[in-house]
Amino acid sequence: MFAAALLAAWQLAVSLHPHQLMPGPWKTAQGIADLFPHGLIAKYIIASVFRVTWGFFLAVLLAIPLGLAIGWYQRAELAVNPILQILRPISPLAWIPIAILWFGVGDMAAIFLIFIGCFLPLLLAVIDAVRAVPAVYINAGRNFGLKPVALMRRVLYPAIVPRLMTGLRITLGIAWLVVVAAEMIAVNSGLGFLIVDARNAGNRYDLVVAGMVIIGVVGLLLDYGVRSLERTSSLRWGFEEKR
Amino acid sequence: MTSVLAGSSAAGAVPSAATPIKLRVENLGISFQRDGVLMPVLGDINLEVRDGEFVCLLGPSGCGKSTLLNAMAGFLQPTSGQVLVDGEAVRGPDPRRIFVFQERGVFPWLTVAGNIGFGLGKLSREERAKRVQHYVQMVGLEGFESSYPHELSGGMKQRVEVARALAVNPDVMFLDEPFGALDSITRMIMRGELLQIWQAERKTILFVTHDIDEAVQLADRVVVLSARPGRIQRIVNVDLPHPRDISSARYLELRDGILAEVGLAHRI
Amino acid sequence: MNQTSRIQDMERWLWPILATVVFLLLWHFAVLWSGTRIFPSPREVEVGLSQLAQRGVLYRDIIDSLRRVAIGYFAAVGLGIPLGLLLGWYPAADQTVNPVIQILRPISPIAWIPVAILFFGVGDDAAIFLVFLGAFFPIVITCVDAVSNVPLIYRRAGSNFGLTAPQVLARVVFPAALPQILVGLRIALGIGWLVVVAGEMIAVNSGLGYLIIDSRNSGKRYDLVVGAMLLIGIIGLALDAIFRRLESIKPVRWGFRHES
Repeated sequence: MFAAALLAAWQLAVSLHPHQLMPGPWKTAQGIADLFPHGLIAKYIIASVFRVTWGFFLAVLLAIPLGLAIGWYQRAELAVNPILQILRPISPLAWIPIAILWFGVGDMAAIFLIFIGCFLPLLLAVIDAVRAVPAVYINAGRNFGLKPVALMRRVLYPAIVPRLMTGLRITLGIAWLVVVAAEMIAVNSGLGFLIVDARNAGNRYDLVVAGMVIIGVVGLLLDYGVRSLERTSSLRWGFEEKR
Repeated sequence: MTSVLAGSSAAGAVPSAATPIKLRVENLGISFQRDGVLMPVLGDINLEVRDGEFVCLLGPSGCGKSTLLNAMAGFLQPTSGQVLVDGEAVRGPDPRRIFVFQERGVFPWLTVAGNIGFGLGKLSREERAKRVQHYVQMVGLEGFESSYPHELSGGMKQRVEVARALAVNPDVMFLDEPFGALDSITRMIMRGELLQIWQAERKTILFVTHDIDEAVQLADRVVVLSARPGRIQRIVNVDLPHPRDISSARYLELRDGILAEVGLAHRI
Repeated sequence: MNQTSRIQDMERWLWPILATVVFLLLWHFAVLWSGTRIFPSPREVEVGLSQLAQRGVLYRDIIDSLRRVAIGYFAAVGLGIPLGLLLGWYPAADQTVNPVIQILRPISPIAWIPVAILFFGVGDDAAIFLVFLGAFFPIVITCVDAVSNVPLIYRRAGSNFGLTAPQVLARVVFPAALPQILVGLRIALGIGWLVVVAGEMIAVNSGLGYLIIDSRNSGKRYDLVVGAMLLIGIIGLALDAIFRRLESIKPVRWGFRHES
């Protein structure tokens, strides 16, 4: 209902200013329809999702074990914390010059940017999660004679999984933000490129807004996917407390 | 089995028949919607509480005693029947009837003084400070006025809640397992303090508990509720003067009678 | 964790300093051994930055970035908190608005750049608009969440003492939600700082983000690129630290007990 009202208001605002470049919802819908027959849109979506997948999984693969280790050894955390804290506020986009310097213009640069964008937040989330594990669990694990590596695998890791899932969901959101931005600068395909290209090549603002809508929808789907993972029963205990 | 409880019929009139009725529950029934099915929680409750009386609602967990208390306080609309206070139907919460939650109801963002003065917004600054100081003393929290709840123990937080309720000078107080989260020693101390306050201020008190000893130690009358859907199974007059000797024969008799009433043997 | 007791005071300084030194040495020798001429060593970064500082350019860029963040962020706070409280208070309103928020939220503030330029032209307003967008949605969403997390018994206690609905909102719900809202505000400030840098790389001609892109495009001054990145990191960290101090003031500290 509210969405419909908003669309109507949008349409109205556009028709009141006929000389604006900004398209109304109707023209946007036409823009989306325009994109589909060429198959271009499918290619762009796949290109964006491909980069996100690689960058995201590389970050996950490295951040989880590293975060477990750093969270466990307090001295390690003390040591790296200042460096992490300084790197964290740097926009992944600020890495663009370096990404291009190291990897050239192309997929690798975009993947590197996503990796940078995901790795730090995820690492910090894992470290936080490890530190929040109640000491009782760890003492219980020790009591059963677990060595550090077994302790990490059998107690620490399962104990942080609920928090980890939340961290993963947020990070995937970031990955999706970064890929769009990176594509606007560092590559020649993907949804971010679509937006910039549509604007630069003839002010096709209907396609710009169409691209934004598609980005929103895909982002929503990704979020929904991870959320349904969170709901699987073996993880659910951690989310119980919210009720 | 019922012999020990003889003489404690449902219409037992304590403190005295001349005292006016403060609160009346008439044919009260409450059902909750759960998974599309209407679940009766309470059925056909009738109860009269006199002015200044101390009544305990006792029953196993899940019997609906808290629901009953919430309905009396006006937080829940009954499905059928009604609650009357001073002959007036209860439509919603009212500062003349204060609900005391477990110590979780203390506002963590206010100091002890801030919590106790919470309901005193209409008073002048000096008036409020005086009232707050009075109740701080009554519950023995001098020196902690500007402490925050997370710096206090569970028992102290519970005192803050009771003082916050007393400060607005209500006629009726509803206490929902107020000492349930405290350790047993603190709980005993708190019971004594509550009784002292009650004897000094003569509020009408409705007190929910699942602890039989607590009920017999505190109440003028104990209302025993059956398991869900909750109904009044029996009302027991506790004809012991305060302070009560908890190893006297009559005390043990009453306690064992209620134990039997809720279906527990005398020995574990 | 239970190892805390064994960590001595001295170690709290020793380990971070040691790690930073090792990091700088690694960086230095990596540049040296790889023989790169483009990527700067730590020393070159320092020299490049101090040159900029002497010419006063650096100072101006920092002020520009901070100004844009401040305006956009405070606009987002001023609009986002009341809206979030309202939506949290009236679940029905939340249900109507929520789908729209959920669709708009995952759109990168960066993806709004073309729209921002269209609306505001190249300049401050476009960057400020982007910061606003970046901060606005997280603030609204945490406010809604924080309000709906306020335990029912607090609201009941409030209404029991005879408060009207607006009074319950002001005296019970808002203070109860404040710790969580503060966390959301801190995160939103971080996002604002991320976004301003990104926005400046595209939409304006000054600020730290512009410094990065300009240094690269005009003469591959990678010493300035890296220097600007470090500055961004340090300023972001400082903003975060200032905000964390707010979390230790008395009426909200109860919400952060577990972090101390």
